[in-house]
Amino acid sequence: MKRNSLKLMLLASTIMGAATATHAADVTLTIESWRNDDLAIWQEKIIPAFEADNPGIKIKFTPSAPAEYNAVLNSKLEAGSAGDLITCRPFDTSLALYNNGHLASLADLEGMSNFSAVAKSAWITDDGSHPFCVPMASVIHGFIYNAEALEDAGVKVPTTEAEFFAALDAIKAKGNYIPMSMGTADQWEAATMGYNNIGPNYWKGEEGRNALIAGTQKLTDEGWVAPYRALAKWKDYLGDGFEAQSYPDSQNLFTLGRAAIYPAGSWEISGFNANASFKMGAFIPPVQNAGDECHISDHTDIAIGMNAKTENAAAAKTFLNWVASSEFAKIYANALPGFFPLSSAPVALEDPLAQEFISWRSKCKSTIRSTYQILSRGTPNLETETWNASAQVIKGAETPEAAGKRLQDGLASWYKPQQ
Amino acid sequence: MTTSQPTSQSISNPMLSSNTARAIAAHAILITYTIIALFPVVVIVINSFKSRNAIFRSPLSPPNSETFSLIGYETVIKQGDFLLYFQNSLTVTIISLTMVLFFGAMAAFALAEYRFKLNLLTGLYLALGIMIPIRLGTVAILQMMVASGLVNTLTALILVYTAQGLPLAIFILSEFMQGISDDLKNAGRIDGLSEYRIFLRLVLPLVRPAMATVAVFTMIPIWNDLWFPLILAPAEEVKTVTLGAQVFIGQFVTNWNAVLASLSLAIVPVLILYLIFSKQLIKGITSGAVK
Amino acid sequence: MEEKSHKPPFRSHILVFLAPAFLIYTSFMVIPLFGTLQMSLYSQIDGVQKFVGLANFATLFGDERWAQSFWNALVNNTWFFVIHMLVQNPIGILLAALLSSNKLRMRAFYRTSIFIPTILSFVIVGFAWKLILSPLWGVAPSMLDAIGLKSLFAPWLGKEEYALTTLALISVWQFVGIPMMLIYAAMLSIPDEVLEAAECDGLSGNAQFWKIKLPLILPSIGIISILTFVGNFNAFDLIYSAQGALAGPNYSTDVLGTFMFRTFFGFQLQLGDPNMGSAIASAMFFIILCGVSIYLFGIQTRLRRYQF
Repeated sequence: MKRNSLKLMLLASTIMGAATATHAADVTLTIESWRNDDLAIWQEKIIPAFEADNPGIKIKFTPSAPAEYNAVLNSKLEAGSAGDLITCRPFDTSLALYNNGHLASLADLEGMSNFSAVAKSAWITDDGSHPFCVPMASVIHGFIYNAEALEDAGVKVPTTEAEFFAALDAIKAKGNYIPMSMGTADQWEAATMGYNNIGPNYWKGEEGRNALIAGTQKLTDEGWVAPYRALAKWKDYLGDGFEAQSYPDSQNLFTLGRAAIYPAGSWEISGFNANASFKMGAFIPPVQNAGDECHISDHTDIAIGMNAKTENAAAAKTFLNWVASSEFAKIYANALPGFFPLSSAPVALEDPLAQEFISWRSKCKSTIRSTYQILSRGTPNLETETWNASAQVIKGAETPEAAGKRLQDGLASWYKPQQ
Repeated sequence: MTTSQPTSQSISNPMLSSNTARAIAAHAILITYTIIALFPVVVIVINSFKSRNAIFRSPLSPPNSETFSLIGYETVIKQGDFLLYFQNSLTVTIISLTMVLFFGAMAAFALAEYRFKLNLLTGLYLALGIMIPIRLGTVAILQMMVASGLVNTLTALILVYTAQGLPLAIFILSEFMQGISDDLKNAGRIDGLSEYRIFLRLVLPLVRPAMATVAVFTMIPIWNDLWFPLILAPAEEVKTVTLGAQVFIGQFVTNWNAVLASLSLAIVPVLILYLIFSKQLIKGITSGAVK
Repeated sequence: MEEKSHKPPFRSHILVFLAPAFLIYTSFMVIPLFGTLQMSLYSQIDGVQKFVGLANFATLFGDERWAQSFWNALVNNTWFFVIHMLVQNPIGILLAALLSSNKLRMRAFYRTSIFIPTILSFVIVGFAWKLILSPLWGVAPSMLDAIGLKSLFAPWLGKEEYALTTLALISVWQFVGIPMMLIYAAMLSIPDEVLEAAECDGLSGNAQFWKIKLPLILPSIGIISILTFVGNFNAFDLIYSAQGALAGPNYSTDVLGTFMFRTFFGFQLQLGDPNMGSAIASAMFFIILCGVSIYLFGIQTRLRRYQF
C-alpha cells in the first residue's frame, strides 16, 4: 500500500514537473576529474559562467586524487557510480573506456566542428568515425629560465644545442646557480620534460613519429637515439643528488631561485608565476644546427566526455557544447595559463609566458609525445619503458644505444609493424 | 604483596648501584629512540606553521617572525568543511572499531573455546582475509554498494572496514583467548552461567589488553585510508579527513602548507583514541592480575 | 539450554558467536575477493572474458619479462621482510622489555612517543622522510656534517643499491610501535608471582629476561613474526607514496604489492589488466598462505608448549 501511494506521488510529481518544466528541479551534472589543481578555477570561474547562461543545469566538479584517477574512475564506471561527465586522458586510456561502452560517442555533437582533426586525434576511434571527448587543452614543452641567472652568467638565450650546453657550462662555471633543475626520482620528468621535450627536433616531429608507428623507423635509428645522447650530457648540470630529486623538489629548486633553467611543460606557468619572485622567460628546445627547422611537443592532454550511462544526456550535451565554445576556451586558457585551447577559434592570452609558449606554434612544427598514440598498447608498455630508460640514461646507468635497443626489442615483441 | 616487598628490597640493596646504572641505560636507550621517533613528526609540525618558501629554504628551523605563517591552516579552514570531515572520520572509525572488536571477540571466543567440527577450517577461513588486500575486491564491493544504494553513505565504509578488520582481530584475539585458563570458565559453568555470560563477564575483561591492542591496529588503517572513501563515499557530506586533505595534492602543484596542516590536525584524534586504548590496556592488565 | 553446555548435541551458541563476523566478512570481503581472484583464470579476448585455465600463470612464470618482474619483486619483498625481522622486531622487543621493567619513570611518555609514527598516514611519512633525506633541502646532509660524517651522505632514495633498504628502515621506523605494543602487553601479563619467584632464585635483569620472560613471550613473538610476514608481503602504500607506482629507481624498490597494483589497475598509459593482476595476487596469496600455514601448523603448536 505504502509503496503504491509513494509511486502515485512520484508519478504525480513527475507530471506536475513536466507541466511546469521551467520550475522543475535543477539537473545536477557531476564531473569526474584528476585535476585537483583546478578546483578553485572551476568553482569560481568556469561553473558560474556556465550556470549563468544555462539556468536549470547545475555543475559539480569533483576531482579525485590524480595518481588514483584512472583506477578510481574505472572502478566507478564498472559499478555504475561514476559522474555524468568524465575528464579524458589522451589516447588509449580513454579509447579503452569508449570501447568498453563507458564513454558515449560524440559524433553528432555540434560543438565538435570547432576542432581540427589534429585536436580531435587523441580522443577518436582508430577509424576516425567516433570522437568521444571534447578537446579542452594541450600543453607545450620547452625550457623556462630564470632571467637573472642567465644575466648573472652573461649568457644569451640559447637556440642551438651547442649554445645550450655552452650556456649551461657558463652557469656552472659561475657557480651561483644550479644550471638545470631536474631529478630522476619520479622518472616521468626525465621522459616527459627530457626525452619528449628535446626529442622532436631529432626525429623531425610528426615525420618520425608516424614512421615509427608505420614501422619504417626504429628506436635504434639515429633520430631516436640522438636525444638520449643529449640527455646523457645533462647529468653534469643537475643538482647534487638529482637521483633522489623528485618533481616537487625540481619545482621548488627553480622557484626558490636556486636553479637557472627548468626543462618544462607549459602547465608550470601558473604555479611558477605564483611562487617565483624573479623574471622568467622561455625558450624553444634547441635545434641541432642553426637554421634547422624546429619541432615542438604540443601535446593534446585533456578533454571531457560523457558517461554513456548518464541519465542527464541532454544536459550533459549542452555542457559539452559549451566546453567546445570559444567562451569556455577563453575562460579556461586565461584561468590556467599554460593549458592552451585546442579549438580552431583564436583565443587571446594575457599571460606573457603563456604568450611566448603559444607563439612557438607559428614558428615551429607541432607534434605530440612520441609514445602516446598506438605504441603504448602492449606489454611492455613503451611509455613506461621510456620513463625508465630516460632516467637510466641521465644517471649514466645505461648507454643511449643500449636504451634504444631495449626499447626497440620491447616494442617489437608485441607491435607487428616493428617485427 | 606484603611478602614480596621485603624480598625485593633485600635483593635490591646490595645491587643498588647496578640498578641505577641499569635505569640510566634504559632511559638513555628510550630517549634516543624517542628522539628518532619524534624527529620527523616535529619536522612536519613545525613546517606546518611556516610559509611555503621557508619550508624548503630551511626545513629544520622553527618558525620565526618572518617565516611564521598560518596560511596552511587558513586554506584548510576555507576549503571544505573540515569539522564535518573529522566528524565523519570519527564516526566511521569508532563504529567500525566497535563492530570489529565485538564481533571479532565473539568469533575468536567460539574458535578458541569450543571443539567442534570445522573449527580449524573456520579459523583458517576467517584468517584468509589478512592474506589478500581487500582493495582487489573494489569493483565487486562497489557494485554491491550501488545495488543497495549505499554509495556515498558512511554505512558503506563501516561495512567494508569491519570486514577488513575482522580477520586480524579474530587471529590475534583467539591466540590470546587460548591462553585463558579453563578453571575460571569451568567454575563459571558450574555456577550456572550461560556461555554468553561467560563470554561477556569472564572472558572479555580478561582479554582487555589484547582488545586494546587490536583496537589500535584496526583503527590506524581505517583512519588513514584514502582508497575506499575515494571510491565508496567521495561526496562532500561524507568525506573523511584523509580524503579531504587529498584535495591539496594536485597533479602538478601540491599545496604543502595545507597538506601538512590538515594532516597534522588529523594526527590529534587518533592520538587521543590511542591514549584511551593504551589506558585500557594497562587497566585491563592490572584488573586481570587481580583475578 | 546453557546448562548442557558440557556435551550438548548441537551448540547453538557457537553459531551465534560466529555468525556476525562470518556474515560481514564473507559478504564484504571473501565474495568480492574471490570474484576477483577467479579472474586470474580468465583472459580478455576480443572484448570478452574467456576461461583460459592456468595460461595467465604460464605467462607470469614463463614469459621472460613477466617472470623477471615477478622474481625481482619477490626478492625485493623478501629483503624488505628480512630487514623488518632483523631490525623492527628486535628493537620492538628491546623497547618493550625496557618499558615493562619495574619502576621506570615517564613510561607513558615513551610508549606514546614511540607509537606516534605508527598512527601517521603514508602521505605524511613519505613527505617527512623525503624532506629529511633529500640532498637539496639539507636536513640529513647538514646533520651528518655536524658530526663530521658528511662524506657518508648519498641520495639514498635515488640509488638503486640503497633505496629498498632505506625504505625498509623508514617502514621499520613507522611500525616499530606494533611489535612494541604486542610484546609490552605480553610482558605485563606475565604473573608477578613468576617474576618474584625468579628474583628469589637470584634471577634479575638480563638473566631474568633471557631465562624467564623471553620463553614466556615466545608466542607473542610468533604472532608478531607472522604479522610482519603478512604485512610485508602485502606492503604497498609506503613504496607507492614515496617512490611512485613504478617503484624506482629502475624497479629496485618494486615489491609484490606495487607490481600487482600496477598491473591490476594500470598506470599512466598502461591499461589495467585485471586478469594478470589477479594472477599476481593469487601468487601472493599462495605465498602468504604457505607462510601462515607453516606458522599455524608448525610453529604455533610448538610455541604453545612453553605457555603456562
